[in-house]
Amino acid sequence: MEHIVIIGNGISGVTAARHIRKMSDKKITIVSAETDYFFSRTALMYVYMGHMNFEHTQPYENWFWKKNRIDLKSGYVSEVDYKNSQLNFKGGETLSYDKLIIAVGSKPNKFGWPGQDLDGVMGMYHKQDLEKLEKYAPNKKVCKRAVIVGGGLIGIELAEMLRSRDIPVTFLVRENSFWNGVLPAGESAMINRHIKNHHIDLRLSTNLKEIVADENGKVKSVIIQETGEVIDCDVVGLTAGVSPNVDFLKNSGIEIGRGIKVNRFLETNIPNIYAIGDCAEQHEAIGNRRPVEAVWYTGRMMGETLAQTICGNKIEYKPGHWFNSAKFLDIEYQTYGWVFGKPKEYEAQFHWIHQDDTKCITVSYHKENNEFLGINTFGIRMRHEVFDRWLTEKRDVDYVMKHLIEANFDPEFFRNFEKDILNAFQKQQPVNA
Amino acid sequence: MAIERNMALTGQPPKSLNTIQKVGVLIGMSGLLMLLLASFNLNSTKEVVWLTISLAALTIGIIVFSKGAYNKKLEGIKNDGVWFKSISSRGVLAWIAGVGLTGFYVILYFFAEYLGLGQGIDGSNTGLVGLFDPLSQFLSGNPASQWFVYGTLYTVAIIAFGIKFLMKYKHNRYEQLRTYSVMFFQTAFAFIIPELMARLNSDTFTLPYNDLKNMWPLNYYAFEQWRVDQFINAQTIGLFFLILAVLMIFVISPFLTYKYGKRWYCSWVCGCGGLAETAGDSFRQLSDKSLRAWKIERWMIHTVLVFAVIMTTATISTYLGYDDTKYWFTKNAFLVSVGIFLTLLFAGILYFKRKQLNKSAVKGATGFFILTIVFLILIGFTDFGQIQIQAKYFSFGLNDKSYAADSALRAFYGFGIGAIFSGVVGTGFYPILGNRVWCRFGCPMAAILGAQQKLFSKFRITTNGGQCISCGNCSTYCEMGIDVRSYAQKGENIVRSSCVGCGICSAVCPRGVLKLENDSLDGRINSNEVLLGNDVDLMNYVNNN
Repeated sequence: MEHIVIIGNGISGVTAARHIRKMSDKKITIVSAETDYFFSRTALMYVYMGHMNFEHTQPYENWFWKKNRIDLKSGYVSEVDYKNSQLNFKGGETLSYDKLIIAVGSKPNKFGWPGQDLDGVMGMYHKQDLEKLEKYAPNKKVCKRAVIVGGGLIGIELAEMLRSRDIPVTFLVRENSFWNGVLPAGESAMINRHIKNHHIDLRLSTNLKEIVADENGKVKSVIIQETGEVIDCDVVGLTAGVSPNVDFLKNSGIEIGRGIKVNRFLETNIPNIYAIGDCAEQHEAIGNRRPVEAVWYTGRMMGETLAQTICGNKIEYKPGHWFNSAKFLDIEYQTYGWVFGKPKEYEAQFHWIHQDDTKCITVSYHKENNEFLGINTFGIRMRHEVFDRWLTEKRDVDYVMKHLIEANFDPEFFRNFEKDILNAFQKQQPVNA
Repeated sequence: MAIERNMALTGQPPKSLNTIQKVGVLIGMSGLLMLLLASFNLNSTKEVVWLTISLAALTIGIIVFSKGAYNKKLEGIKNDGVWFKSISSRGVLAWIAGVGLTGFYVILYFFAEYLGLGQGIDGSNTGLVGLFDPLSQFLSGNPASQWFVYGTLYTVAIIAFGIKFLMKYKHNRYEQLRTYSVMFFQTAFAFIIPELMARLNSDTFTLPYNDLKNMWPLNYYAFEQWRVDQFINAQTIGLFFLILAVLMIFVISPFLTYKYGKRWYCSWVCGCGGLAETAGDSFRQLSDKSLRAWKIERWMIHTVLVFAVIMTTATISTYLGYDDTKYWFTKNAFLVSVGIFLTLLFAGILYFKRKQLNKSAVKGATGFFILTIVFLILIGFTDFGQIQIQAKYFSFGLNDKSYAADSALRAFYGFGIGAIFSGVVGTGFYPILGNRVWCRFGCPMAAILGAQQKLFSKFRITTNGGQCISCGNCSTYCEMGIDVRSYAQKGENIVRSSCVGCGICSAVCPRGVLKLENDSLDGRINSNEVLLGNDVDLMNYVNNN
């Protein structure tokens, strides 16, 4: 029986395993050094906040794996020996495979800041990071202030986590507005204000110079690059993005760029070795996507796709229309299609914001032919299925704006703003007589 | 897990109470203390004042506490620290509350004399029941009973904790309207209207205590002889109520459930649901989500339903049997029509809905059906009124009378299901087992509405394409123990008979994935193999296989 070994028990690896099991009888082993069972990484924050226990973040009950004959192996792979089709573990164990799927995810970026490896400095990615945070920031007495470095999705989540325990937070953001590499200006500005409303000390256009240790090698303060200001703190969160977790493959013969280089079939340069999820890097970017896509949803899609290939139905990774979501403190965000932070030369954007400053949308369309290109929505839930269809049908922006209510996904009895949005849209449109 | 243990010891936010919350606790506890003092006859003789102050203190205490908890916070989900707080994570406080509540129910159901019922001269009330006499006199013109005390406290709990819930979900209009609705139905339909209607009673005219929305089989005594007799004797108005009670079961409730799902009742109208959604809200995360619990649920709730059907049929057929001159329906005609109705219903579902039923559902339903029919035949051929049964063997010695078989069934149902299951366990164990134990495992009404919801309803929880991140908030906060995530992460809609439509899964979802809605029957149950967002060709390929 063919033995499929998957390194990594995150969403990509587990999705691949589940779909392979559905379609075949192959022997499947998932290897992980992080946890015994699959958990939802995106939910770690809720454990620290007390919304859930860690067990709640596990999507399958523990009996699931045995019942579906998916073997779970705990261990850290130190080396892939492709010549012998074998994994070498730290501690000397080995495991041979017929096909290998590498789904090892990311690790937090560190940019060589002085003091970045001190006690009390951490990312927020692995379960072990959560345990560290619990140790260094259990409450506001032990952690009198935390400094977060890096204004992305993980940074704002870490800020929300710490604020849930009333710990003062200083949030250093390199850009002049929160996540404005991705979000258009109006949205980014609204999130800036929302961050401040949550009593987070948001510092825009601010870089970290160094992290200072106390006599025990634990973080004591940080120094700001621009002003030289010293901020006393007990915890530093490094959340300046993530990069593929591929160091252990450096001399394996598997081609590495930023991540593990794969073709559209998610194959590496070595036969029978595949890579999916955060750690995979496409040779060429697909459409507007990045070559490395560190997103829950794309990891899941790659897992589904590769399972087909492994089970004999060889198909390309061909993702559909782009979509994503996040939550910024109390404001939910969804996006469908492409809306760029800095509009492309062909792109026109319409922005609407509600006076309560917690809801806004940005609609992107083609300047010349008015084709609808994408939407960002904050504080208003919208239907994935409808936008997916409209993007496929290449609807024009007027159609989308007029039918926006069909895409509304807010709970029943919620107030609708589609009329206001349409009015605003028509007002800013020059009338073509 | 070790990390959670350390936190339980730190007295830090979000675990600790702020000053306003402490004041709230103090006020509320003083109200409770006043009621306790009254139970030992230690209250002042001005009962009106004492009662007013204690109930007001309870209500105001809860409101002040809620203000302290939510007032300064921005609108949004307020679940910080739920699993760190002793009361909401099965800690010491939860056990104290559980034991206290359970004890209260045991006294209420079985030892009402300790509450002062009929303990005064000439059988008047003293103690806690006596304290409520003035209010009862004011409403119905009669002295209070332990049930009046219970009804009043129940209503106060729904109103006060309802206000807390309204503050917690001030950003969510679905939750707001639903909560106003349960507060209204409890106050008006379950409490004030029946009390006022008692004023109509005279020597020549009596109506039974009638909570219009409390229908059979949740109201298991709805068709007992004394009630039916009173309705019939009360002429037009009585007949109206009797016919309404039947219409509710066979017409009104199926129609509303078809249109809106069982939520129209369970989380908008029902009193049990009302208490669960308000006072019980802090305990919703304690429900068991395991597959094992679901299996137990399916057996248990349907067993109770079968029991309720048999018990009610036995009861009605017995008095139709020995009082056959009084009613136009005879015992055998009744039994045969029940049998025919159930057979048609069962056969119809098996035939028309076979695609929606899996093997275990068909097996279970067939077993229950045969059991019911066997009992119907048994009832037809024996005279239940002649068989005597000793109650002490079934009631832990709490009851040593002997009953005719039909009243024994009734007594056992009333004791086992009505008192122990729905009261002592159902509500007393809120802080340990979660707030919907009765609704999920025991309520025969929920079983009927659930079957309708699963098979004949426009209601579903829609999953938003591929947006689920499997975080687990929806499953954690589902009070019915539904593993909502297991559907959402596959892109499937949620169509489950137990769902009461509280809407909290949708509210706590951080990605806007879930929406409760009533829509066409086509595509209500979808089971896409591949989530939206992936390769269109792959999705088609897999869905066609």
